[in-house]
Amino acid sequence: MNPNLSLKTPRAVAPFVKLARGESPRAQLDVLFRTVGLPIIGLLVFLMLWSGVAAKIDTSLGQFPGPAQVWNQAEALYVEHVTERDKAAAFYERQEERIAERLANDPDYEPRIHDYPGKPTFFDQIVTSLITVLSGFVIASILAIPLGIVIGLSSNLYSAVNPLVQIFKPVSPLAWLPLVTIVVSAVYVTDDPMFEKSFLTSMITVVLCSLWPTMINTAVGVNSISSDLLNVSKVLRLGWLTHVVKIVLPSSIPMIFTGLRLSLGIAWMVLIAAEMLAQSPGLGKFVWDEFQNGSSDSLARIMVAVLVIGLIGFFLDRGMLALQRAVSWDKTATLR
Amino acid sequence: MSDSHLELTGVDIEFPTPKGPFQALDDINLKVDEGEFISLIGHSGCGKSTVLNIVAGLHQATRGGVLLDGREVDQPGPERAVVFQNHSLLPWLTVYQNVELAVKKVFKGRMSRAEMRDWINHNLALVHMDHAAHKRPDEISGGMKQRVGIARALAMQPKVLLMDEPFGALDALTRAHLQDSLMEIQADLGNTVIMITHDVDEAVLLSDRIVMMTNGPAATVGEILPIDLPRPRDRLALADDPAYNHYRHEVLTFLYEKQKKVEEIAGSSAETATSQTKASGKAKERVA
Repeated sequence: MNPNLSLKTPRAVAPFVKLARGESPRAQLDVLFRTVGLPIIGLLVFLMLWSGVAAKIDTSLGQFPGPAQVWNQAEALYVEHVTERDKAAAFYERQEERIAERLANDPDYEPRIHDYPGKPTFFDQIVTSLITVLSGFVIASILAIPLGIVIGLSSNLYSAVNPLVQIFKPVSPLAWLPLVTIVVSAVYVTDDPMFEKSFLTSMITVVLCSLWPTMINTAVGVNSISSDLLNVSKVLRLGWLTHVVKIVLPSSIPMIFTGLRLSLGIAWMVLIAAEMLAQSPGLGKFVWDEFQNGSSDSLARIMVAVLVIGLIGFFLDRGMLALQRAVSWDKTATLR
Repeated sequence: MSDSHLELTGVDIEFPTPKGPFQALDDINLKVDEGEFISLIGHSGCGKSTVLNIVAGLHQATRGGVLLDGREVDQPGPERAVVFQNHSLLPWLTVYQNVELAVKKVFKGRMSRAEMRDWINHNLALVHMDHAAHKRPDEISGGMKQRVGIARALAMQPKVLLMDEPFGALDALTRAHLQDSLMEIQADLGNTVIMITHDVDEAVLLSDRIVMMTNGPAATVGEILPIDLPRPRDRLALADDPAYNHYRHEVLTFLYEKQKKVEEIAGSSAETATSQTKASGKAKERVA
């Protein structure tokens, strides 16, 4: 076996390449079976079980959707999105024509562009949810990492803050939400709002719930720096800032990322729940609307949303892992 | 008052333990001249590392104190550079950057960028590590890491170089090689060195004086053995040298007759106490 092969060719392709080269075909087929064959078998078994079970469940909205109906609805949602975009384009086009016409007759006319009044499509909702979750997550991280570092550097502060964190950490987003909604309505009063209130409410709820894992893990990472490295810093008499930047931060990067990945996972779960309850735009609202709608397609459409939510959560986590690999000196971060 | 380079006077240290204070060191007195190579030898747990840490400023003596060039040592500093037992290189920095961190801190404002670069490369060349300047610590062997640790310490231009069992974790051949390098460097630069060791041959080969410590608790300086062998010293030639063997015998006699370890567990309590204070506040619950 050539150990360098895996560096040059992607892992999934390597067995094919080796197979083509005629390198120990038996072993390569074995690898292929484990990396490609088994996941496919798992997927097929799941689809079979799903359609089998779905056929046996009758609901008030008809039969529970199997894989085929869900796929149809996924396509339908895409078609809806495309038609809606076409309509919107046509709407703006008509508007411009009308404005041009009026301007020709009356040069003093100040044109006003009206927004397209159509309702957001499934894909618009995905984008809204992603923007909300990422803003919340970024704000939570900007707060949590420095706080975690400060807390981790001082054992006394850690003892003071830890009980508070332990109490707030398990709080469900649904408990925060009413408070956040009321506070946002009371505090965020402007004539020209930069953000929608619903966006702020969901985002702040995400922040409140995804703050803690990053903070705790950062603090633990900072607190468990090897005493040898601390001694190096002491002997060099590094200043506080250099100490944090050169010693503390790099050595706690693995733990910070563990926290960030946990936080992002929580943020995504929290967001869907918050959107459902708060009726703020996003995937959660899509699910809730379909539930209220109660047409024969609703269950399949909700199922599409469920799968999409899962996939996005998965890709968000992979994204964080890729970021960790790019940023961290420790290249051994494992896929978990 | 005193004209010696480094002076330890009546150093005692106590560590707080749940059972009351534990006295690790009792009345350590030692004068070291400039350019002298001193070895500290003794059974494990006798507090050798504690002595070194007090000189480094990482521990504070409970009574007594340390003077370096007439000034009291009350905190760690680069003029007392430490070579740690397990190299303590920052794993996220390359070999060059590890030395650079020290050089930038110590010579900031005194050296230009180019001078710093030359000085870093000079120190890496001194320990024969210039070829691996851009490798990370996990890409080089244990012996190489220790060389870089020495280069980092030397690059601080310390008044005293403190070495805590620098070669303890290395295999015998690498160790011999590094001992020879260290002798060469010390002959060139004339550094004052205090080195902790477990190895009798290493102590006799490298030292001007060997400070032999009694067993803890309340360990102190047992005997000081001056090694009057001409330099440069050659390990092969010395192997048959009667004077060399006499010195070895003296150290062995001290360790295995005068300070014979009665009980393994009792002796290790000093180290337990130190590691307890180091570890306090470390064992935090990991919440994920």
